[in-house]
Amino acid sequence: MAVESEYSPDADRIMSVSLGPQHPGAGHFRIKLWLDGDYVVRSEPDPGYVHRGEEKMGEYRNYIQNVPHLERPEILDSSNTLFPYALGVDELMNSKIPPRGQYLRVIMSEINRIISHMYFLAIQGYFMGHTTMITWCMGDRDFWIDLGERIGGARVTFAYIIPGGVRNDIPAYAIEKGLKTCDWFVKRMDEYEKIFFSNPMVHQRSDKIGYLSREDAIAYGATGTVARASGLSFDVRKDEPYSSYEDFEFKVPVLNQGDSWARAYVALLDMREAVKIIRQALKKLPEGSVRLKIGPQPRVPPGEVYSRIEAARGEYSYHIISDGSPRPYRLKIGSPSFKNLRVLPQLLKNVHVADIPVIYWGLNYWPVSADR
Amino acid sequence: MSKPNTQPAPAAVPSPPAPAAQPQKQAASPAPAPMPKPEPIRAKGFASQITSRFPDVKVEWMKQRRLKVSMTPTRIREVGLFARDTLGFDHISTVSGVDWIAKNLLEVDYFVGSSTPGQEDFILAFSELVARDNPVVPTLIDVWKGAEYHERETHEMFGINFQGHPNQSHILLPEDWNDMPPLRKDYVSPGR
Repeated sequence: MAVESEYSPDADRIMSVSLGPQHPGAGHFRIKLWLDGDYVVRSEPDPGYVHRGEEKMGEYRNYIQNVPHLERPEILDSSNTLFPYALGVDELMNSKIPPRGQYLRVIMSEINRIISHMYFLAIQGYFMGHTTMITWCMGDRDFWIDLGERIGGARVTFAYIIPGGVRNDIPAYAIEKGLKTCDWFVKRMDEYEKIFFSNPMVHQRSDKIGYLSREDAIAYGATGTVARASGLSFDVRKDEPYSSYEDFEFKVPVLNQGDSWARAYVALLDMREAVKIIRQALKKLPEGSVRLKIGPQPRVPPGEVYSRIEAARGEYSYHIISDGSPRPYRLKIGSPSFKNLRVLPQLLKNVHVADIPVIYWGLNYWPVSADR
Repeated sequence: MSKPNTQPAPAAVPSPPAPAAQPQKQAASPAPAPMPKPEPIRAKGFASQITSRFPDVKVEWMKQRRLKVSMTPTRIREVGLFARDTLGFDHISTVSGVDWIAKNLLEVDYFVGSSTPGQEDFILAFSELVARDNPVVPTLIDVWKGAEYHERETHEMFGINFQGHPNQSHILLPEDWNDMPPLRKDYVSPGR
């Protein structure tokens, strides 16, 4: 962008503006902006409006009581929010999850990835003035929510992936329905490519907007779609396979453009891989039990784990310390939104005010998850 | 990948090439803690490279592919720079704090991953213990830029003072928070 302007607090021409926290797109999140005319000179994200102390709450509840409230920070991606917690507790208890339980975890995790990415693409289209994308994505997302409901019993917060396996088995008709949904969705994604990703208007609004180099992505600790759109091949499912991800064939989509367009397109490619994984998992679902018998107050031996998975928005991690008591001694939630937040002031430099929503939402940032 | 090799190496020791490929069997002392599981050879390389370079640093395995490197706050920057520039651990994952109230200590953990192909599956936890009454540790933003907001969060939640941090104002808590850091063990949530 053309304007070379230095920030100085004395300069009369610099105006400070607050974007959010009531902005309909920002969603419980504020960005402090310093503007020179139409250009952003400096910015400072201000999260914390929806901080609810999940980590402190976790220290007051036992390992099973922690399940429902821990998925609340990221209800769009609720299974993936619980997944690393379940993995961590499994590891502390040294429990070996039956294969069918592992596969069902994978299926639910990938369904949630699609649900989350559909919401992301819908709002990204909305911010660009592409009304078709929001209506199509929100509508199609509902079919995946329906599928999740058939497996998990709830529509948004499934509480399906729990320590010891999954809560219940998959009903037979949901397997058939899942395969059908996959077939239909592949065709839909082709249509998204035509109407959204190859649309000249979308290219104009997002090409070269909010460029993040590979070096910066590494230095600032970016994960997920943000990292993969900047040429960083970073996917925990491949790097450190958990829950039998090594059984499935899929690729890690990586793009090198590093702009807002690429960050949205990576999400679509992610969904293509997710559909592949769901298909494979549904087809070769092993027989057997889906969970271990764990009482309502499990005995967790003392220890320390750092578990992580690839959620829709990036690497979701938990640092759990057990001292042998019924409750965790420490429960640290590392959410991908908070990890990617440091990138935002880097991207909001010398850009038009009109580009802020596209850049901001392109980071796939979810304020509730970042604030915990 | 291109590492940001701006910091000078702490000593004139020739840096070992490509840690992912070199087994490093001749290293002086193995990791002091007993390893729970057999490790791949390249993993042993990280532990022995750190212990041979920094003998006073304690290295133990949390599990396979998780290495906990414990040291005093005075050493952490040196070890962090060594891990970033020589071992390739350049991608900060998160920063966590722990309140060990019985021992009157606070712990800070930096969980750092790597973008070097072949070692992305490893997480090194750089851990330091500091007295609870006067918790001052150096900031590591110059080692891993992404640690900035994580350190801010650890500051407000545990009251740890990161020396050299540009902005330690509240990030998640309200601006007018006027109580003790809430994740300390002696803070009791309202209604409990």
